[in-house]
Amino acid sequence: MGIISVQGIRKTYGDLCAVDGVDLDVADAEFFGILGPNGAGKTTLLEIIEGLRIPDSGSVSVLGMSPWPRSEALTRRIGVQLQASSFFERLTAREQLRTFAALYDLSNARADEMLDVVGLTDKANTRTEKLSGGQAQRLSIACSLVHDPDVVFLDEPTGALDPQARRNLWDLLREINKGGKTVVLTTHYMDEAEALCDRVAIMDHGKVLKLDAPVNLVRDLDAPTRISVERRVLSPDQAAAVAGVDSVDDQAGSLVLQTKQPAHVLAALANANALDGLQVRGATLEDVFLSLTGREYRA
Amino acid sequence: MKKLLTLSRALFLGFVRDRGSLFFAIFFPLMFLVLFGGVFNFGSSKVAVVEVGEVPILSAQVEKQYHDALTLKHYTDLGKALDAVRKGDYVAAVEQRGGTIVAHYTKTDAVRAGTAQGILGSIVGEQNQRATGSPPKYQLTFSAVEDKSLKQIQYVLPGLLGWAVATSGTFGAAMSLVLWRRSKLLRRLQLAPVPTGIVVTARVLVSLGIALIQTAIFIGLGKLAFGLKLTADWWMAIPIVVAATLAFLSIGLLAGAIAKTEEATVALVNVIVLPMAFLSGSFIPLDSAPSWIRTISTVLPLTHANNGMLDTMVRGESWTVGLPQIGILLGFAVVITAIATRFFQWDAN
Repeated sequence: MGIISVQGIRKTYGDLCAVDGVDLDVADAEFFGILGPNGAGKTTLLEIIEGLRIPDSGSVSVLGMSPWPRSEALTRRIGVQLQASSFFERLTAREQLRTFAALYDLSNARADEMLDVVGLTDKANTRTEKLSGGQAQRLSIACSLVHDPDVVFLDEPTGALDPQARRNLWDLLREINKGGKTVVLTTHYMDEAEALCDRVAIMDHGKVLKLDAPVNLVRDLDAPTRISVERRVLSPDQAAAVAGVDSVDDQAGSLVLQTKQPAHVLAALANANALDGLQVRGATLEDVFLSLTGREYRA
Repeated sequence: MKKLLTLSRALFLGFVRDRGSLFFAIFFPLMFLVLFGGVFNFGSSKVAVVEVGEVPILSAQVEKQYHDALTLKHYTDLGKALDAVRKGDYVAAVEQRGGTIVAHYTKTDAVRAGTAQGILGSIVGEQNQRATGSPPKYQLTFSAVEDKSLKQIQYVLPGLLGWAVATSGTFGAAMSLVLWRRSKLLRRLQLAPVPTGIVVTARVLVSLGIALIQTAIFIGLGKLAFGLKLTADWWMAIPIVVAATLAFLSIGLLAGAIAKTEEATVALVNVIVLPMAFLSGSFIPLDSAPSWIRTISTVLPLTHANNGMLDTMVRGESWTVGLPQIGILLGFAVVITAIATRFFQWDAN
């Protein structure tokens, strides 16, 4: 029995089935990811677990309590980050955090300590509207952590951040998880789920399609390895002739060879002295994701 | 209690740091106060008349007698005098042709022309009567019902204050609701250990505070700068403003429940508040308005706020006169809040 236990959750809006029978368990101190394309039902599922929405059927237990009806005992033990901009208008970063701290009966000192944890002490007097995307996200996470909850829910925390801000936030999230907190986040970034999560539930059309550690998901996919070398060291015909190569793709100055026997093919390329510009890429969670959800575009 | 204070403080800071809402809540209505109470006061009822050549009946004595109502200027050339009247510099040009007094006027300012005609008519009548040599049998004098020192400010201030309170109350509730729904702060607060009632109370308290600050600024400035004279039970304006604010908050709640975006909220609130201000006599008195407008005005909360404040602040009525108005305002607040909760949504989608 985990910290969070979700059983048979179903939620429909009109004839749209947002969550269609989801079961999952999250263990204590686990970093758990809910991964899926836009409109897969991730946010609805998360908000049901948080207690903001009541499902049509099924049950949820968080820290041994039902999230609905709302109970103060539970709200004091969970931290939620719904959106980067869930702030009071025109308050500074420090005022914002102190306001949230006061709502949990905590001191200003605790708020200032949290500001330091997320590295925003030098932005204490900056109004939240003036913070960058990454700073606003960190402040938002600080607001959800100010009361030292046992479980933290984060809805697409790296939504619109630049690469530096994302890495920076990943470090923060890892720290939080290392501190012993259970973290549940939704994301549509595969690299994020792969880099952070102990286990990932891949969702689409309101259903959990796969639930496992990212490593296992990738291994189970049994996808070919992609080896690319510079175009001038090898002709496509020569490449296709190498034993174990399944297909050859001629892409902008380099040849991409797909194989399920990468060791064999690499040895052959080394013998032919054709390793210039070598890149080897195994399957990623993204391949798992695309193989499960298909490639058609969705808004 | 501490949570209530914390939330109120956060909301109040959000208000005073927003230059836009400060402007529309305080400075914009004050500009109107200056405009209506100050500038328009100078446009007195005195009419300027040109005397062309010699007009014996407009003697120095007559000029003195009518100095409240008339200023005289002397021209020798009729053509120039008529041009000046045409341009609107003077209301009329008066010349005497034997026993006939001719007053040339322009139709473009009918009200002033009428005033000039009345004054000139009574001067001529008086001179005719004097020419008979017998004392006048009847005399007509005019006396205003109000204290003579009463100024325009007395009548415009309560209405403009009502309008200011209506604007900030309605905007306050509507904007908080729409912004907090869109930023999910409403949901975030739902997951914090703070009852929804505390959040609502904080919003109401801050709006009441803003309304009382508006009242203090209006009355203070009215007294200091415009010679506002308050009557005995003027303090009744305070409970009226409180009740009116609750009514306007309920309108804002309804507007905020319906509007989805900030832009839509601004538009919707303006569409409600501006016509209401006109139809409740905040800008212009409704005494001469068509009866259907007066019928509409009776269902508007601002009408009752304005009337209650006028009665108790400047007309010298007893405070008890304001009680029914307060009752109507509170009843309005309850009904509209009940309707608004039916439209209320936690989420933006």
